[in-house]
Amino acid sequence: MANEAAAHDHHDDHKPAFWTRWLCSTNHKDIGTLYLATSMIAAIVGGLMSWYLRLELAEPGIQFIDDFQFYNVLVTAHGFVMVFFVVMPAMIGGFGNWFVPLMIGAPDMAFPRMNNISFWLLAAGLILLIMSALIGDGPGTGWTVYPPLSSSDFHPGPSVDFGILALHVAGASSILGAINLIVTIFNMRAPGMTIHRMPLFVWAILITAILLLLALPVLAGALTMLLTDRNFGTAFFNPAEGGDPILWQHLFWFFGHPEVYIIILPAFGIISQVISTFSRKPIFGYLGMAYAMSAIGVVGFVVWAHHMYTVGLSVDTRAYFTAATMVIAVPTGIKIFSWLATMWGGSIKLEVPMLYALAFIFLFVVGGVTGITLANASADLVMHDTYYVVAHFHYVMGLAAILGMFSGFYYWIGKMSGRQYPQALSKLQFWVFIIGVNILFFPQHFSGLAGMPRRIPDYPDAYAGWNYLSSVGALITAVGTILFFVVLWKTLRSGEKVADNQWGEGATTLEWTVASPAPFHTFEDSPDMTGKAPAE
Amino acid sequence: MLKRLFALIPAGVLGLFASVANADTVMRSKPWQLWLQDPKSPSAEAVYDLNVYLLVIEVVIVLFVLALMCYILLRFNEKANPVPSKTTHNTLLEVVWTAVPILILVVIAVPSLKALYLADHTTDAEMTLKVTGNQWYWSYTYPDHDEIEFDSIIIEEEDLKEGQPRLLSVDNPVYLPVGTNVRLLLSSNDVIHNWAVPSLAIKLDTMPGRTNETWVSINEPGDYYGMCSELCGVNHGFMPIHIKALPKEEFAKWVAKAKVEFASNDNAPKSTTVRLAKADVATR
Repeated sequence: MANEAAAHDHHDDHKPAFWTRWLCSTNHKDIGTLYLATSMIAAIVGGLMSWYLRLELAEPGIQFIDDFQFYNVLVTAHGFVMVFFVVMPAMIGGFGNWFVPLMIGAPDMAFPRMNNISFWLLAAGLILLIMSALIGDGPGTGWTVYPPLSSSDFHPGPSVDFGILALHVAGASSILGAINLIVTIFNMRAPGMTIHRMPLFVWAILITAILLLLALPVLAGALTMLLTDRNFGTAFFNPAEGGDPILWQHLFWFFGHPEVYIIILPAFGIISQVISTFSRKPIFGYLGMAYAMSAIGVVGFVVWAHHMYTVGLSVDTRAYFTAATMVIAVPTGIKIFSWLATMWGGSIKLEVPMLYALAFIFLFVVGGVTGITLANASADLVMHDTYYVVAHFHYVMGLAAILGMFSGFYYWIGKMSGRQYPQALSKLQFWVFIIGVNILFFPQHFSGLAGMPRRIPDYPDAYAGWNYLSSVGALITAVGTILFFVVLWKTLRSGEKVADNQWGEGATTLEWTVASPAPFHTFEDSPDMTGKAPAE
Repeated sequence: MLKRLFALIPAGVLGLFASVANADTVMRSKPWQLWLQDPKSPSAEAVYDLNVYLLVIEVVIVLFVLALMCYILLRFNEKANPVPSKTTHNTLLEVVWTAVPILILVVIAVPSLKALYLADHTTDAEMTLKVTGNQWYWSYTYPDHDEIEFDSIIIEEEDLKEGQPRLLSVDNPVYLPVGTNVRLLLSSNDVIHNWAVPSLAIKLDTMPGRTNETWVSINEPGDYYGMCSELCGVNHGFMPIHIKALPKEEFAKWVAKAKVEFASNDNAPKSTTVRLAKADVATR
């Protein structure tokens, strides 16, 4: 539509040989594919860990894990792997790399070779993280690595240091990736595509990249302080020598809270594209949507201490963080209602990506309202550190992010591979997965309300019922996950060839104007977007 | 008010939502429990009411969004509505869905902050209890009762007696009088722990190098259970909290007995000579 010439530019489809192509790649699509593959491998690792945890928790008493340090190591590694090596690589490295240049009509990322080093640093980080769990006793600190538990007094041996290095390396990877995305989005948009005409997915990635750039250096600083505390005799976090363990928590959560938006904002972007496409309507309130995401990003930096309500903050401080945290519900509400308004009056087609988008909206609302409860420092007197919190963040951050990734996968796999997913099997996968995760996580609200603490390998017998149900849900989710890999296999092996714009008139963004699969090089001549409506 | 609303629900249904209260109050969760443990202190009552109030608001929001989604899918699917509209703006609607959530949040914030300030600390404490977290047990000190001091350690599964709940029972429960404003001072000897009793709405970190303060006034005699609520290492799941709340006169009897019982405790008085002298008297 926008650029017929670039769409069929096959003579530029020359690919380098295998090793050069995949190890030394500077092509945004290949690097995106590498990120997606890494994310899937990490998802299997992180998923196996959580299934093992759920097997242990299926009944009261000790089933499989009689080494409780190992239990804590699994809890820690599951969190790290899912946050840093599943969601972030898939969303930002994978879909961001693949589709930001395609959506803004750019030939590639601004810094293709930096793109390569971002990916390989991530791979190194994943290896370091897995090593940290296998060396010595492993880090049994939780993903929040609170000192003094993470100090050398209570975690001697090299495993926590390996974990710190893993995060340093993964953090450097993300910072480089973020710089690359920001520069690409600011400088390489097609002529006429103003900031206010970018697709919302590009907006989401831009805001995410800015959050990464601001938040990750704080984590890097805190990790360095912890590393020197552990190895070089400093005492930033050691109260016996005048340090303060709460300082760590402030630094960690100043990074950690924006991090949860880093995880969910790209999903917001994907859902916006999918809802608009399958309602055959432009997005409702485009500017409101873009600036709601910006507002979430800004407010996300001033609410961090709601993770720390029980550390002994003064009551006025907790009152402030209660109020500030609840404010986030406002832009989030704008997004939910704008998605509903986009569908209102539309001509909705329930393709698999749309099913995932609808599930995303509903589950995000469920997780969002429990977030309103948890925003209250007073309610936190009974909720903090219970399974209610576990249920909450698995709904808003785990599930919503995974549903966003599935939605994006089904939406774009035709563009990425040139092949269509098998319809019936994909719908089955959707239903099995959705039923599984709800049976898995919903009962955790109840065990949390009843008072069950997180991160314990055994629990009082009263919690047996909900935990058993939860473990049954984990098994169903496992089946849903295996089905996904079957879908992936069948799509790549024997999927039907798809048209350049497989979704028809609802899909208006630039990636649908190039061939499917997208040629190795696209948009070597910029498409002219002057005067075109917002590409939403 | 909301608790009265709940009272209208038949008792059998309510039983599912709350733990059973009987003559000997035992506050811990029960199988398939769906809602919070019954509140047994002024702060816990405030927090409980707030949570009921929040639940009502949140259920309404979720059902509203669900109903909208169902209507949209029925009314605007491609069969029912083959030609999509092109509407992308409606200023009034956008103002409404920004303003209404703000109002809801204000309505939530008022009782929430009231409960927060109520639960924070007491200005007229009648006694003080010091709680110290250790890997992996609690130490309790009664500075107003001749510094009675003892450790409270989990009872292993094979040593449990009839009626003692698994993973919640300790060798020495902490005794407190009912209807008394108790100042709680919390600290830790090693890593961060968290002293939490759900039915009393207490949840505060014990932080090495700091003393955190909160308070409790227990409404009725009984057994109140809780668990460490901050990951503190290998045996984090195995340092329960057991409060035995007694009427004031029985508490006084316990104090007299405890002064003798814990006088020669290895963990007791490590420093001041005054306390050692008193302990000597007590032993004689």
